[in-house]
Amino acid sequence: MSDMDPTGHVGATGTALADGGEPPAGESPHGRRVTMSMWDKDLVRRSLRQSLRKLDPRALTHNPVMFVVEIGSLFTTADALRYLASGRLGSFSFTGQIAIWLWLTVLFANFAEAMAEGRGQAHADELRRTRTETEARKVTPEGIQVVPATTLQVGDVVVVAAGEVIPGDGEVIEGIASVDESAITGESAPVIRESGGDRSAVTGGTTVLSDEIQVKITAGRGESFLDRMITLIEAGVRQKTPNEIALALLLAGLTLIFLVVVVTVAPFSVYSHAPVSVTVLIALLVALIPTTIGGLLSAIGISGMNRLLERNVLALSGRAVEAAGDVNVIMLDKTGTLTMGSRQATSFTPSPGVEERRLAEAAQLSSLADETPEGRSIVVLAKERYDLRAPDLDGGDVEFVPFSAQTRMSGVDLDGRQIRKGAAESVARWAEVELDPQTAAAVEQISRAGSTPLLVAEDRQILGAVELKDVVKPGIKERLASLRAAGIKTVMITGDNPITADAIAREVGVDDFLAEATPERKMEYVKSIRSEGYMVGMVGDGTNDAPALANADVAVAMNTGTMAAREAGNMIDLDSNPTKLIEIVEVGKQILITRGALTTFSVVNDVAKYFAIIPAMFVVAYPGLNALNIMHLTSPETAILSAIIFNALIIPALIPLALRGVRYRATTAATILRKNLLIYGLGGLILPFVGIKLIDMIVSALHLVSTVK
Amino acid sequence: MTWQGILQIFVLLAVVTVVGFFLSKYMYNTLEGGRTFMDRVLVPCERAVYRLCGIDPTVEMRWTRYVFVLLAVNVVGFVVLMVLLALQPVLTIFNPAHMHQVPFWVNLNTSISFMTNTNWQNYGGETTLSYLSQMWLTVQQFLSPVTGICLFLAVVRGFSRHNANTIGNFWRDFVRTLLWVAIPLAVIGAVVLIALGSPQNLHAYTVVHTLQGHKQTIAQGPVASMTSIMQLGDNGGGFFNMNVAQPFAGPNAASIFFQLILGFSVPVACIFLFGKMVKNTRQARPIYWSMVLLFVIGALVLYHFEAAGNPALAAHHLRLAASHNLEGKETRFGTGTTSLFENSTTTISWGSVIASNDSLTPIGGLVPLFNMMTGEVIFGSWGAGMIGMIAYAVLALFLAGLMVGRTPEYLGKKIESFEVKMAVLSMIVPSLVILVLAALSVALKAGTSGIFNPGPHGLSEVLYAFSSGVGNNGSAFGGLNAASPWYSATVGLAMLLGRFPMYIPLVAMGASLAKKQRIPESAGTFPTHGPLFTVLLTGTVVVVGALIFFPALALGPFAEQFAAHAGKLFGG
Repeated sequence: MSDMDPTGHVGATGTALADGGEPPAGESPHGRRVTMSMWDKDLVRRSLRQSLRKLDPRALTHNPVMFVVEIGSLFTTADALRYLASGRLGSFSFTGQIAIWLWLTVLFANFAEAMAEGRGQAHADELRRTRTETEARKVTPEGIQVVPATTLQVGDVVVVAAGEVIPGDGEVIEGIASVDESAITGESAPVIRESGGDRSAVTGGTTVLSDEIQVKITAGRGESFLDRMITLIEAGVRQKTPNEIALALLLAGLTLIFLVVVVTVAPFSVYSHAPVSVTVLIALLVALIPTTIGGLLSAIGISGMNRLLERNVLALSGRAVEAAGDVNVIMLDKTGTLTMGSRQATSFTPSPGVEERRLAEAAQLSSLADETPEGRSIVVLAKERYDLRAPDLDGGDVEFVPFSAQTRMSGVDLDGRQIRKGAAESVARWAEVELDPQTAAAVEQISRAGSTPLLVAEDRQILGAVELKDVVKPGIKERLASLRAAGIKTVMITGDNPITADAIAREVGVDDFLAEATPERKMEYVKSIRSEGYMVGMVGDGTNDAPALANADVAVAMNTGTMAAREAGNMIDLDSNPTKLIEIVEVGKQILITRGALTTFSVVNDVAKYFAIIPAMFVVAYPGLNALNIMHLTSPETAILSAIIFNALIIPALIPLALRGVRYRATTAATILRKNLLIYGLGGLILPFVGIKLIDMIVSALHLVSTVK
Repeated sequence: MTWQGILQIFVLLAVVTVVGFFLSKYMYNTLEGGRTFMDRVLVPCERAVYRLCGIDPTVEMRWTRYVFVLLAVNVVGFVVLMVLLALQPVLTIFNPAHMHQVPFWVNLNTSISFMTNTNWQNYGGETTLSYLSQMWLTVQQFLSPVTGICLFLAVVRGFSRHNANTIGNFWRDFVRTLLWVAIPLAVIGAVVLIALGSPQNLHAYTVVHTLQGHKQTIAQGPVASMTSIMQLGDNGGGFFNMNVAQPFAGPNAASIFFQLILGFSVPVACIFLFGKMVKNTRQARPIYWSMVLLFVIGALVLYHFEAAGNPALAAHHLRLAASHNLEGKETRFGTGTTSLFENSTTTISWGSVIASNDSLTPIGGLVPLFNMMTGEVIFGSWGAGMIGMIAYAVLALFLAGLMVGRTPEYLGKKIESFEVKMAVLSMIVPSLVILVLAALSVALKAGTSGIFNPGPHGLSEVLYAFSSGVGNNGSAFGGLNAASPWYSATVGLAMLLGRFPMYIPLVAMGASLAKKQRIPESAGTFPTHGPLFTVLLTGTVVVVGALIFFPALALGPFAEQFAAHAGKLFGG
């Protein structure tokens, strides 16, 4: 987004477009995709079916941890059947129950994954429903022909009028129209699309509401934005991010180590005259390998993507989502992101010998017909300061002088009084006077502070200056401060000169600014801070943002932006809300935190399981080892079964956390770490002791297995 | 336990910290381009070595080249040792005691042992080896710790360099560590040890007639020099079979304490050297404290159980002179010093002993066992302990580091798939080797026939042998026929695997890190310099170690300790 014409006036059309083209500044995006309740009935039913289908070992090979559990389940089931056949009912009961819980462990993990996938799938289905077979009016040398949209080729030109669906992705080459893009964005307010400039891209499947446009098709069949979105949501479901791959590797390594640990227990136990059954060994193995995180890992990643989708952000790669957590510099446009983008009158500075009240009155009169936000704000300010009510002008000799690019002034001729307001030089020229030094200094000072000075003159006399200030969005300062606390540097991009930029940067509270930004300078800036090792996130909408976007680690292109910007970005914000980047960063961090928290939790859980299983395994040969049974579990069989039940149940218990994500508040890493280590590290150490003990009490009370010590 | 016994743990730590701190400055200047007061004497020597060997020390090496040269140097040392030992009966020089042929398995085991800085000895030095053989062992005792420092430098440069394809020049690292660090310190050590009462000569063994009329052969030789480098280089392979319990090698308490200082000096210096190399000395602190914490806990547990003695005796109200477990201990030094020494020997990967570990109480014996099983990262040997700890730090950060909401990074370097793969590989090696070889040993006749004490104690003996081998420690628990072909071969294999396959992946990890860009530190960075990281790191070492070895330890030391409480005996 570029800053507006610094004369203080914006043409009426410009304002209207700005209002139509993006959501009103400061408001939260309405029209957000409907968030599904976590336990949506259909979803749960479909996920249950899916989790059974996922038992296919071929489907489990991507998850070595669960694959091992499934192999273990098969072995124990076979063992149980063998006991049943030989009539050893006691052993059958114990082995059978272990087998059931092992199968449940796999099913729970499958269910978690299916739930996460199902939520993504639901989004994709919703989009697919909107894709209908549309007809297109194609412009050919012979005139306009009606053809099915599916036959359109790249480069074809089509005409779309009010009420018609745009047949494919393209660029407006002629005309201007308001378009309903709710099919894609969920946003019901129409947006303006026009030829040339930064708002020329249209998306297939959206509807033209007014006027007529000519669109040049830029994407062939199956490559349209809608097609890509559906495939991305579906593919995104199965795409692993680099960190996820590395973590999966570590989990596979741990699984291998524990496999060796358990396999070698067999000869050790034989040597010690304390032989252990295969069922118990498998139980030990499953208890030790990181099943909790192994079962929830993919669900965490998928649900993270879903959370972005719920915020109307489409990530084109999983890598970008992860990079969002790592971003330590974010570049924000000044106008519209940090500031409201519309300037408001904030003060009157009268020239020497002029009363401020007189200045205010003249300024108000000159602005009565000015419908721009700036003009209205002058009227409001005058009313606030001096209780000046707009006089009734009907019947008087009134002639409004509208703003023009030539004069760069506007005003009113009222009962012989000529009042003008506008850019300093223009007004001074009109008044045919030299600016007195005091007023000149005031004008200079206002510019320096990053505001826009307007001069007001009446009948060739300069009355003084009005300060039009670009107001900082409410809450943005606090947001930037919390980002700083989280170690993220913010950089303001502005077309202003360095002096002005510095003043605004200070007021807003950004760490750095890039003044007089041009496409080249933006790109150079991104490149230079990346070479210092920073990860850069930025938002862009225009073609001039594309080079910088292409170089950023997290590049959010606005859906209203140009095709070039969209191609260069690795995320698309369907709401086109420039502060969205901050939310994206938070979601990125949330995914990583959830992954880390559950990994830590999973690994430290093992300690308690050891204290349940090891004494149970060897207490017959070495009764003294019962001293390690610090939970005082009833019998070896109840102890082992309880550990396995806990191990299985903890997965569904943590599904909501995996899908929702651990709460993230922007603060220092040390604070977050201390808190999470306490909850998931220490908590993960203690909780299973309590959990296994409780389950053991229930198992013993129900006499599910032998309670003989 | 006495307060003096406890106090000496902390006195030792305080002294070695000061020594290590100053030594690290000297080592940093030597190795990373600074000036030292030794330069005037040593630079000409260094140049002479390079000219003689035709080495250009300024050529930067990629990690593959670095490792290749490192392996080549080690192989040469190994081959020379094997040939010397094989030709011992033929080579008549420096062989006044006319030592005979060294059996092949013993030769192989010994050659591996002294190449890998293990110094596991399945022979009696004074009854098997000629002075010439002992001298080449001493050469290996210089080469193997220096190799450890080279591995250390290669790994740490991964963090200290960025956007770099090379990790330094092996020859330069090797020659400078040898000339500036190993040789001068060994000379000082030898002189002090002579002053404290150890012999240094090349005489034939003295035969004397005792008062009872028996004939006794008193072994002697270049004891002080060999003891000096064996302790300084964390080798532990002594001149005598009894190691430092022999009065010539450990004549008095002062000598023992001095030897402890020698052993700790370079490993402690490596911690601070790491901080200096990564240009952030605060980063060395949590590693230092975590090592200290693990060391102190181990020392106190060991001391406690040795001081408490056998619970069966206490249960029968047998109040002997003291209930201390004095069996197998050097009575001159008592329980406190012995416990400290045995804990130290397994933390700094020494292997030098002043007691028979076989006679420690079960939990007392568990402590040295656990020290080795965790990969000898509590100080550890020259360089190797520190990089082992770095691998733990990488894993800890990878497991828990995500919790700050960033992909894990350590010292500004991102930890990704390749680094994790290498760190896991280096972690899998010791656990896999110890567990698999120990399992085979208790399952096969060849293994069980070498166990002198059946029952849980025998399992501890087997576990100890392989832990000592893999950890390149070299200390022996005893109670095992280590010279049998089975144990010679398997422990030899363990030593080999515990050296190169364990540390070379870490060099590869370092090289991959060196290529990366450095990420600037911010408030969003996982803080790796505070007490929180100390706790996390210590926790990781304990939890990972405990998770992997708990079942085996339950059947070994734990079962034995609880059985002792119950007064149960095991036959044999």
